[in-house]
Amino acid sequence: MTAPILQIKGVTKRFGGLTANSDISFDVAPREILSVIGPNGAGKSTLFKQIAGFINPTVGEVLFKGDRISGLPPHKVARLGVVRTFQETTIFRSMTVRENVIVAHHLRSKASLLGFFFGSGQARADEADFARSADDIIDFLGLQSIRNEMASNLPQGHLRALGMAIGLATHPEVILLDEPFAGMNHDETMRMVALVRRLRDERGLTVLLVEHDMPAVMKISDRIVCINFGEKIAEGTPSEIQANPRVIEAYLGSEDAAIGM
Amino acid sequence: MNAQTIQTATPKAKGAIMTPVRLIGVGAYLLGVFALVPLFIAVTGRWDFYYTLTSVALLSVGAAGVWLTFYIGRINIGQGAYALVGGYVSAILVVKAGFSFWATLPLAGIACAIVSVVIGLPILRLRGVYFAMVTLVLTEVARLSALALPVTNGAKGITSIPLPGELAVFGLTIIPDFATLANPKLAFYLMAAALMVVTYFVLWRIVNSRLGHLCRSLQQNEELASSIGVNTAMLRVLAYSISSFFGGIAGAVFVAISQSIYPSSFVVTDSVNFMLYCFLGGLGYVFGPMLGTLLLYFGWDLLSIAKQYQLLIYSGSMIALMLLLPNGILSLLDKKENRQ
Ligand SMILES: Nc1ncnc2c1ncn2[C@@H]1O[C@H](COP(=O)(O)OP(=O)(O)OP(=O)(O)O)[C@@H](O)[C@H]1O
Ligand SMILES: [Mg+2]
Repeated sequence: MTAPILQIKGVTKRFGGLTANSDISFDVAPREILSVIGPNGAGKSTLFKQIAGFINPTVGEVLFKGDRISGLPPHKVARLGVVRTFQETTIFRSMTVRENVIVAHHLRSKASLLGFFFGSGQARADEADFARSADDIIDFLGLQSIRNEMASNLPQGHLRALGMAIGLATHPEVILLDEPFAGMNHDETMRMVALVRRLRDERGLTVLLVEHDMPAVMKISDRIVCINFGEKIAEGTPSEIQANPRVIEAYLGSEDAAIGM
Repeated sequence: MNAQTIQTATPKAKGAIMTPVRLIGVGAYLLGVFALVPLFIAVTGRWDFYYTLTSVALLSVGAAGVWLTFYIGRINIGQGAYALVGGYVSAILVVKAGFSFWATLPLAGIACAIVSVVIGLPILRLRGVYFAMVTLVLTEVARLSALALPVTNGAKGITSIPLPGELAVFGLTIIPDFATLANPKLAFYLMAAALMVVTYFVLWRIVNSRLGHLCRSLQQNEELASSIGVNTAMLRVLAYSISSFFGGIAGAVFVAISQSIYPSSFVVTDSVNFMLYCFLGGLGYVFGPMLGTLLLYFGWDLLSIAKQYQLLIYSGSMIALMLLLPNGILSLLDKKENRQ
């Protein structure tokens, strides 16, 4: 196996008396699509937040290409190439779709803020570059028709796609998608599944995702990690996970929809 | 006055383009400020308007700063504190250290920016009313400090500050000594107006450049902004320090005009007014605070003919405006555009 791009090492997160993550460890290989599944409240989003630097682990650490990233603020983690999209729909609501994606190119600025203020040559080159790249991403995700819509007017499915477009605009190496297919119908989901695969195949991204849509998870994932009550209970290929008695038990024991097998 | 109202007032990015209509507008504005106003005053003999309009120009410089803090989603009711600090810095440097006023002008701004970094680092983490309340207290803290510190001369203040001297570059006089002028009122007006024009040009450039776009992202969603790699803490402090810089400069010029400064030269009411100018003009429009300042300050002055009803009419029309145009007076422009 090639060296892992991301290593989760003994991550524990306690909120007061509640242990949201308990000693979770696993590795992610470069260009892998890995899903984290588990019933509601299992601690999936909490894990993603720790990887992206939004909260610090109580114990344990996260390594990116061998360097510790847990404990760094989110903007530094993003600069290194690990970017998270949100479970709650998050966009810049009073901007158009295109403005959302353009502003998200921040990390790729070569000109300084002063350069942008005075309109230096580098700043103009950056702006042209951002616009081109934004249009590429918009085309890639099939958002051409709503390019100039105000983000606050978009339906849920488009909002999820825009959230992903914003994440992609930072040109990450690892992207963490928290419930990217929520609010999408079957056809939309299948289209997005195909797009996420293309992200890996064409752009070489490593993708971690949290998702409740089990058919989509089984279709998209190279490997799956299952969490229940904050603990990792299983890790393996989709077929291994589907056959794992602890996973089945976790899902039968919850009010959540069945694991879709 | 919650985050929601601030968000709805965000302008569109089209502002960056200099259309012919815009150029004509800017030309007319400059002509009005620098030629028509002095002409009007010379013809009518209303020399008192100079004082009013100079104040409007300077207050709108301070309001521009407050507007920029609104632009990152923070309600700033503390600009009076920075006007006071800027005023004292300039006065002390001129009187006690023999600086030229012109050198103290940028120094007053820079001093305020530095102070605002120290104050901003802890308090800019607060949002909504919490941030607003702390800034409200700042003006009072500044006043009490001015009373207590030896260098500010306590309640007696600093008086008999000399008028701005000559500004010369390589022996070439750019601005003559104000004390030698036959009409220093006009000179002060032109200086304040020039400062206002430069301030609003800078503000317009900020808003339409990357810094402004990042401020908008911060205003609309701080968490998402940090996930796209924006150093949100740094950006907030940067915007706040630019804001305070404007406040300090405005304060310094006020002091030069009145040739004196006291701990009560800028009080909480002034801070509140700065905020109201922004609200009334429109938080979504770069030139909103300028218009807001003109209408509120000049309006108040004109209403003095209504004698004892002045305050009643003034506050009545203010409430009416806020109800009818919650996004500020300039939102009228938007409505017209949408109808077309
Ligand atoms: N900031 C916090 N403070 C206190 N408790 C928290 C905090 N964030 C999450 N929790 C708790 O931690 C547990 C795990 O939450 P988390 O959001 O990670 O679950 P999840 O697996 O993403 O669930 P879902 O599928 O519903 O999104 C929950 O019990 C939640 O209430
Ligand atoms: Mg979650």
